[in-house]
Amino acid sequence: MRRFSASGLILALAVLLPVVSLLSMTVGTVSISLGDLFAADNNQVNTILFDIRLPRILLAICVGAVLSSTGAVMQGLFRNPLADPSLIGVSSGASVGASLMIVTAGGFIHSGALLGLSLVALGAFVGGFVATLLVYRLATSGIGTSITTMLLAGIAIAAIAGALNSLLTYFSDNDMLRQISLWQMGNLSGASWTKVSIMAAVALLLMAQFPRDSRALNALLLGESEARHLGVDVQAVKRRLILLTALGVGVCVALAGLVGFVGLIIPHIVRLAIGPDHRWLIPASALAGATLLVFADSLARIVVIPAELPTGILTALLGAPFFVALLLQQRKQV
Amino acid sequence: MTMLADNISLHLSGFDLLRNVSIEVEAGKVTAIVGPNGAGKSSLLKVISGELEPSKGSVSLNQKPLNHWSLEQKAQMLAVLPQHALLNFPFTANEVVGLGRIPHQTGSVKDTQIVAEALELVDASYLQKRFYTQMSGGEKQRVQLARVLAQIWQPCELGEQFLVLDEPTSAFDLSHQKLTLDIVRNLADRGVGVVIVIHDLNLASRCADNLVVFNGGVIEAVGSPEEVLTEQLIDKVFEVKSIIASHPVSKKPLVIT
Repeated sequence: MRRFSASGLILALAVLLPVVSLLSMTVGTVSISLGDLFAADNNQVNTILFDIRLPRILLAICVGAVLSSTGAVMQGLFRNPLADPSLIGVSSGASVGASLMIVTAGGFIHSGALLGLSLVALGAFVGGFVATLLVYRLATSGIGTSITTMLLAGIAIAAIAGALNSLLTYFSDNDMLRQISLWQMGNLSGASWTKVSIMAAVALLLMAQFPRDSRALNALLLGESEARHLGVDVQAVKRRLILLTALGVGVCVALAGLVGFVGLIIPHIVRLAIGPDHRWLIPASALAGATLLVFADSLARIVVIPAELPTGILTALLGAPFFVALLLQQRKQV
Repeated sequence: MTMLADNISLHLSGFDLLRNVSIEVEAGKVTAIVGPNGAGKSSLLKVISGELEPSKGSVSLNQKPLNHWSLEQKAQMLAVLPQHALLNFPFTANEVVGLGRIPHQTGSVKDTQIVAEALELVDASYLQKRFYTQMSGGEKQRVQLARVLAQIWQPCELGEQFLVLDEPTSAFDLSHQKLTLDIVRNLADRGVGVVIVIHDLNLASRCADNLVVFNGGVIEAVGSPEEVLTEQLIDKVFEVKSIIASHPVSKKPLVIT
C-alpha cells in the first residue's frame, strides 16, 4: 500500500472541483454549451444558469464539503474508520423533525416559510440538533464524555427516532408519505441563494475551526489518555467537535435532506490515499466530498431527462460499489 | 526536584486499589516497580500521571500539586508510555513519533530531526516510512517508546522531566530489552526521573536505583535492589521459592527460581 502525496492530492482536487463545477453548469434538462456559458445574453439561459444551476452547484459544494469533513472528524474522534456523522444521532433526529413537520403542518409547508426556509428544514435542523445534544448528555458524566457510551446512546436514540418516524408515516396520507420518502432520499433541487448563503456560512465556520483541532485529533488516535499526556484537553476538543459536527450536519440535512454515504466513504478513501494525518485529511476530504456531490448531482439531473433523480440516490449508487471494492481489498490484506 | 505521591488511597467501584501509598521519584534516578498481577502498579502510575484522581492523598510534580500545572506544561515535563497501545490507524513510524512533539513549539525542522534521532535510538530507523498497523508487536512497542522519548528529548524550562513506563519491554527480545535499560540509564544520567513497571525481577535489579515492591495495593518493601530482593520477600509476595545470588559481573542481586 503506497501513499500519495497529501499536497498533491489537495492540489489535484482544487483543480478538479472548478472543472467539474463548470461542466455541471452546462448539463441538465436544458443543455447549454460551454461557449454560451460565458456569452449568454438570453434571459432564459441566464435564469437557468444563475438562479437555478449556480446556487445548486454551490450548495452541492458546501454540503459535500461539510458532510465529508465532519465524517473525517467523527472517524477520528471515534477512532473508527467506519464511523460517520449519523452516529451522534443527528440524521435520525433530523428525520423525525422533518417528518413531524410534514405530517402536522402538511398544508402549510409551502406557505409557512421563515427566512426563505421551509418548516421542514427548520424541523430537521431542530430535530437533528436536539438528538445530538441528547446523545452527548447521555454519554457525559462527571469524568467526561465516554465515546463508547456515545456510540450506544446514538444507537438507542436512532432506534427511538426510527420508531417515531414509523409512527408518523403510519398516520400520514399518500401525499405526506411521498414527501417524507423524497426528503429522506436527499435532494439538492430546492437550492436557492438564501440556502447557499446559510450553508456557505456554516461551511466556512467549520473549515476555519477544524484546523485548530487537527493535531489534537491525531493525538486522540493514540487513545484518550495518551492524548491527555500529550497536553490535549480531550474533553474540550470532544465538545467542540461534536457541536460543530451537529451544527454542520444539521444544516446539511435541513437544506438537502439525507444525502448518504458522502460522510462515510469520502474520508475513508482519502485516508487510504494520503494517510490519517488530520491536518491534510480534513481539507482533502472536504474537497473530495464537494467534487463527488457536484458530480453526483450533475448525473442526477441528466440520467432521466426530462425528469430528475434525487441526489442521494446517486451518491449511494456511486459510492457504495466503490466502498464494497475497498472492503474486499481490505479483506485481502488481513 | 521530584515527583511525589503522598499517602495515596484509591477506591474504584467498591475496590481498594491502593492503600496509603507514598512514593518519591527523584530526578536522575530510576525507580522500578515490581509486584504480582493486580497489585496496583498500573493504578499507581495512573495516579502519579494525573489520569486518575486519588480518593485520598496528594500528588505533586516539581514542588507544585500536579493539577496546578496546565495540561501542556505537564506534557512538557512528564511523558507516559501506557501498557497497551490502541492505535489502529495507518500512521507511519515517523508520524507516530512526531505526535510526541505536540506539546512543544520547536518547529517542523527541529521536530523532524528529533523524530529521526529518537527512532535511531530505539533501533527503529528502518521503520520510518512503514505503517504502524503492519508492524510486529516489538516494533510497535519500540516506536511508542521513541514517541515518549521524543516528548522529553530536550530539557524543559519549567522543571525536571519525568518518564513513566508501564512494562515497556514486554514484547522485546533480549537485545532490545538491554537496549531499553541502557536508554533508561542514559536518561537518568541526563537528569530525567524514570518510573518503570517491570515484571522481570532481574531486569529490575539491573536497572533500578530504587526498587518498590507492591502487593495487594500497599507497598511491601522499598529500597535499593540489594536491600529489597530477599528470598523471604519473594516467597511472601510472589509465593515462589527462590535463591538470591550475586551477578558475577554487575554484583547486583540475581533471582534464580
